[in-house]
Amino acid sequence: MSTLTISDLQVSVETDQGSKPILRGVDLTINEGEIHAIMGPNGSGKSTLAYAIAGHPKYTVDGGSITLDGEDVLAMSVDERARAGLFLAMQYPVEIPGVTNSNFLRTAKTAIDGEAPAIRGWIKDVRSSMERLRMDSSFAERNVNEGFSGGEKKRNEILQLELLKPRFAVLDETDSGLDVDALKIVSEGVNRAKETTGLGIMLITHYTRILRYIQPDFVHVFVAGRIAEQGGRELADRLEEEGYDRFLPSGVA
Amino acid sequence: MTDSTENTEITSLATPSGDTAVEVTGTGTRAAIISDATTRHAAVPVQTRNARFTSTEVADFPAVTGREGNWKLTPVDRIRELLDGALDGTAYPVVAEPSPGVDVRWVDRTDARIGLGGIPEDRASANAWSGFGAALAITLSGEEHTELTVARSEFGSAPRAAHTIVEAKPFSDSLVVLDNSGPALLVENVEILVGDGAKLTLVTVQDFDGDARYLANHFARVGRDATFKHVVVSLGGSVVRVNPSATLAEPGADGELLGVYFADAGQHLEQQVFLFHQAANTRGRVNYKGALQGQGARSVWIGDVLIGPDASATDSYEQNRNLVLTDGTRADSIPNLEIETGDILGAGHASATGRFDDEQLFYLQSRGIPEAEARRLVVRGFLLDVIQRIGSADLEARLGAAIEAELAGGPR
Repeated sequence: MSTLTISDLQVSVETDQGSKPILRGVDLTINEGEIHAIMGPNGSGKSTLAYAIAGHPKYTVDGGSITLDGEDVLAMSVDERARAGLFLAMQYPVEIPGVTNSNFLRTAKTAIDGEAPAIRGWIKDVRSSMERLRMDSSFAERNVNEGFSGGEKKRNEILQLELLKPRFAVLDETDSGLDVDALKIVSEGVNRAKETTGLGIMLITHYTRILRYIQPDFVHVFVAGRIAEQGGRELADRLEEEGYDRFLPSGVA
Repeated sequence: MTDSTENTEITSLATPSGDTAVEVTGTGTRAAIISDATTRHAAVPVQTRNARFTSTEVADFPAVTGREGNWKLTPVDRIRELLDGALDGTAYPVVAEPSPGVDVRWVDRTDARIGLGGIPEDRASANAWSGFGAALAITLSGEEHTELTVARSEFGSAPRAAHTIVEAKPFSDSLVVLDNSGPALLVENVEILVGDGAKLTLVTVQDFDGDARYLANHFARVGRDATFKHVVVSLGGSVVRVNPSATLAEPGADGELLGVYFADAGQHLEQQVFLFHQAANTRGRVNYKGALQGQGARSVWIGDVLIGPDASATDSYEQNRNLVLTDGTRADSIPNLEIETGDILGAGHASATGRFDDEQLFYLQSRGIPEAEARRLVVRGFLLDVIQRIGSADLEARLGAAIEAELAGGPR
């Protein structure tokens, strides 16, 4: 069984004002097939955690470790992490002019698998995944994320999740900016990916709304760069009632 | 005197470590344009872009010093033979598949169409005009869409003049590729006549040998309700300067002037573009994109847009983007916009020169694509973005492969 282990992770971000510490010792273990919701107020470091796992160059790891089945993830380049089985569904997917989605997907699949996918099966896989995500077939020939609406970009992320079949996926506020229909479609995609491949999921969200459609096994509340409380589903329900106030300085006082 | 003049000069020198990016944008409201129009120089005579001296006689132009406005960014010492010397103006080998609605033949200097497209504005262009004996005439008359490739790879390495006429008859619909390769020490004038209601896409590919030098001036006249796309693709050659000008001469004319260039070490690739909105209800788009890689790689883009006094309800936009891939490169980008009527739909310009977008790189890498391949994808995409607008899958594939080959050359 695959395990993603994060131990005492400390991360800072490069800003114009210099280096700013964000994560102050995060401990988290995700096993294959588990869904962990990471919840927290704005600025608590949720997205930093996502980017640090993926290896974004703007973030510097100052201490701690990330391992995937014992392998040192932090020693890997961004693309090596993806090939090792990690996937980040981004909050703001990037537009890439002049590169068609189909070319991009095939190139990524080839890189992940180490060989080009068999053409017929691949085209069928892409088409049926797109259909299930209610994406018009024209999206295959459009440039990556170019001119896509917010919801279309998120579906495109989940399309990649379904096709690239990672072992662990970090979903960074995949629910933000989605209307309820799009939220259902995207959630179905995530649940489907989990059923088919049994991947482990770190679901980062500000709101409890998406947890109606994707059932978390564990809920972690993130405050000021570390996990302040953990529990099961019931913790999310409590957050829905109370909000984050009790975790914030004013709530404490 | 012009009603309003906007003239912005941006010259940027950018390297990956320097992280220089320049962005200038203008928007199309009259108030915004006029409020920007602060550059009237009392001491300098006002000269609108279409008021430059023109002549077909080389002797009418003084010797080029390299300080002239239209030569100062060009390495004139590398093209002296073309500016001053005698030129061979005879016919050269041309390969073109015959097809219905297409006529390709050599004509002499008395052909009635010569001079209808435009008249030289600089000495090299006039030298070619004075020196050509035979002109290559491509006449397009088919109303069904036709595609024609005119392959020219045997210009030779002795100084040569060429004259080319591309005439799209009214309501014809064609795509013509001037596919230039091999050795060249050549200066050429290309006259393009786009008849009423015609659709013409003219692509000129410069994929010459490494030591080739090539100067070209394209003069296009676009008729009523005609659609003209002009595409400059410059990849190979030591000095390649292609200056296209297009006059949207009749109401409803639509002109898109597009370009892609990839400058390697020591290569000088230049384009001075002029789009003239002469008639009302004309639409113009200028979009050039370039990549530079290697020591001494140099590109020059000057984009002049003139909206004449009669060109009401004009819609115009021009932009240039440069991607600098290594140290030691230089991209000059100079958009000029001149507007002589306030009654327009919109006019704008933009220019940006910068390094690689790291977020695009991160996105591709986070999907498992190795860095080198991700870079190739991004650069290829950046440049092909322009080619995609031509709407020819064959051409897109071919130019894609040519750009791949440039990238595979790597920083030298």
